[in-house]
Amino acid sequence: MLLPALLFFLVNSYFPMVGVYYAFTQFDFNSGLFSAPFVGLKNFEFLWKSGTLVKLTLNTIGYNLAFIVLGNVLAIVCAILLSELRVKWFKKLTQSIMFLPYFVSFVILSVIVYNVFNYDSGFLNTLLARFGAGPVDVYNKPVVWVFLIILFYLWKNLGYSMVIYLAAITGISDEYYEAAKIDGAHIFQRIWYITVPMLKSTFVVLLLFSLGSIMKGQFDLFYQLIGNNGVLYNTTDILDTYVFRSLKVTFDIGMATAAGLYQSLFGFILIMTVNYIIRKINDDYALF
Amino acid sequence: MQIKDDHYTRLLQGLAYTVIILGSLACLIPFLLIISASLTANESIIKDGYHLIPAQFSVEGYKTVFTFPDEVLRAYGVTLFTTVTGTLLGLFFMTMAGYVLARKDFKYRNTFSFYIYFTTLFGGGLVPWYIMITKYLHLTDSYGALIFPGLMTPFLIILMKNFIRSAVPEELFESAKIDGAGDFKIYWRIVLQLSMPGIATVSLFLALAYWNDWFSSSLFINDPHKYQLQFHLYNVINSAAFIANMGAGTGVSLGSDLPTESTKMAMAIVVTGPILFLYPFIQRYFVKGLTIGAVKG
Repeated sequence: MLLPALLFFLVNSYFPMVGVYYAFTQFDFNSGLFSAPFVGLKNFEFLWKSGTLVKLTLNTIGYNLAFIVLGNVLAIVCAILLSELRVKWFKKLTQSIMFLPYFVSFVILSVIVYNVFNYDSGFLNTLLARFGAGPVDVYNKPVVWVFLIILFYLWKNLGYSMVIYLAAITGISDEYYEAAKIDGAHIFQRIWYITVPMLKSTFVVLLLFSLGSIMKGQFDLFYQLIGNNGVLYNTTDILDTYVFRSLKVTFDIGMATAAGLYQSLFGFILIMTVNYIIRKINDDYALF
Repeated sequence: MQIKDDHYTRLLQGLAYTVIILGSLACLIPFLLIISASLTANESIIKDGYHLIPAQFSVEGYKTVFTFPDEVLRAYGVTLFTTVTGTLLGLFFMTMAGYVLARKDFKYRNTFSFYIYFTTLFGGGLVPWYIMITKYLHLTDSYGALIFPGLMTPFLIILMKNFIRSAVPEELFESAKIDGAGDFKIYWRIVLQLSMPGIATVSLFLALAYWNDWFSSSLFINDPHKYQLQFHLYNVINSAAFIANMGAGTGVSLGSDLPTESTKMAMAIVVTGPILFLYPFIQRYFVKGLTIGAVKG
């Protein structure tokens, strides 16, 4: 009964690992796996020397750190504030509304972004025009997209992590709060000394899960927002989008495989290191 | 006994309502923008831009979408088919795997769990995977390419395993065995019946992923008849911009055949429709399943 799952992972995940051999060849689609000329580390060397690898790594890790830090902090703050609301129907309604973006596809997200930032008729420029300001061509401003991407990531995922934290908060026993109240702690003290520490284990679990994908990160988000808009690559290109483009647009198979292998290896080493450190500090929190 | 709120509590209440209302608005307004744009006359959008409230009300956008419904309906059909098939198959395989891995008397359960988990840590990368599916499985332009890649994820298998372990008591396996039930019968008659909330959560995750998928189409499908709904929408939006740019560059006007702004937005609403409609029902299960998964996982 385990067989379908095992077969699936064998075909879908383990066989492609053999394919990392392409990373060391000058591969094109017509030659077979082992007939492509072997070029050793040339592909990596090129990626390294052109500065692509460094840029991609910094972008990928930078965005993901921002996602993880901001995402968790905001989710915790919102979950705490939401749990303090007293009007029941309002609490339920707002929770639903904030969870809603998680359900729509990234294609719809790109429609939204287009709708707001489109140069000719976007909502932003319409709004600016009303206040007498000139239009802004957001699609030509690479730096702005750093914030936009982070913003839309938060927009889409906040509700999801908020629900998880909310569940953890609901699980905290009322007795702690009663006792603290009798001791004269005001509400901010109760939140700071009871709620926040109690969320620590949830936080660590979510943190470890997101660390696992720190080198991968949100291909859909970046690709749907940026597409093939070369003006913005400097600040928005991550490993995933680079590999995808090399495969579908520039057909540079060897290079794409090399970048992909680098991504996997680097991510793997990163996770192993983090896991090792966590195990040293507190065994309970380690992933494996 | 009601204690009167001190000023700290009042401050926090005020803060909570302000932040949550602002947050909800931020989540809601983009949807309102699209809905409004889909109901605005196209000329009004081009002249004055998008507004929160339609400046010039019109259902022209929807009319255009439904005048030639063939493509949209076909894409709907493809997505519906892959969603249903993929969800059912994936659910069947993943619950079975979860069941086996949850059984304490299965000796290699930790080994296999690790092999499944390991695929999230390290992989061959996109390109070898792409070549595997196109060159060795020959799935280009087939529904298999849309269904196969998303069939199982390690995360959901582990979630299922944890759920079964907590929902089905160990003793039940033994007593069923004594009564003469085989492994498959135990799975079908007992495990599945007892893990309904877990199954609901996993199937929702699966269905959502299939419904929102555009990536498989973009990688593996060349035949427009087999495009998924989301990819169809993606194409409508981007090809319009592409053709418009071409037209501007060459001085040739191609305007008449292009989907207008309001049509694009109407498309977006039509594509999102089912989710917005089902959302109130789905959301309850999602929250429940996530809560159970987070507490017990």
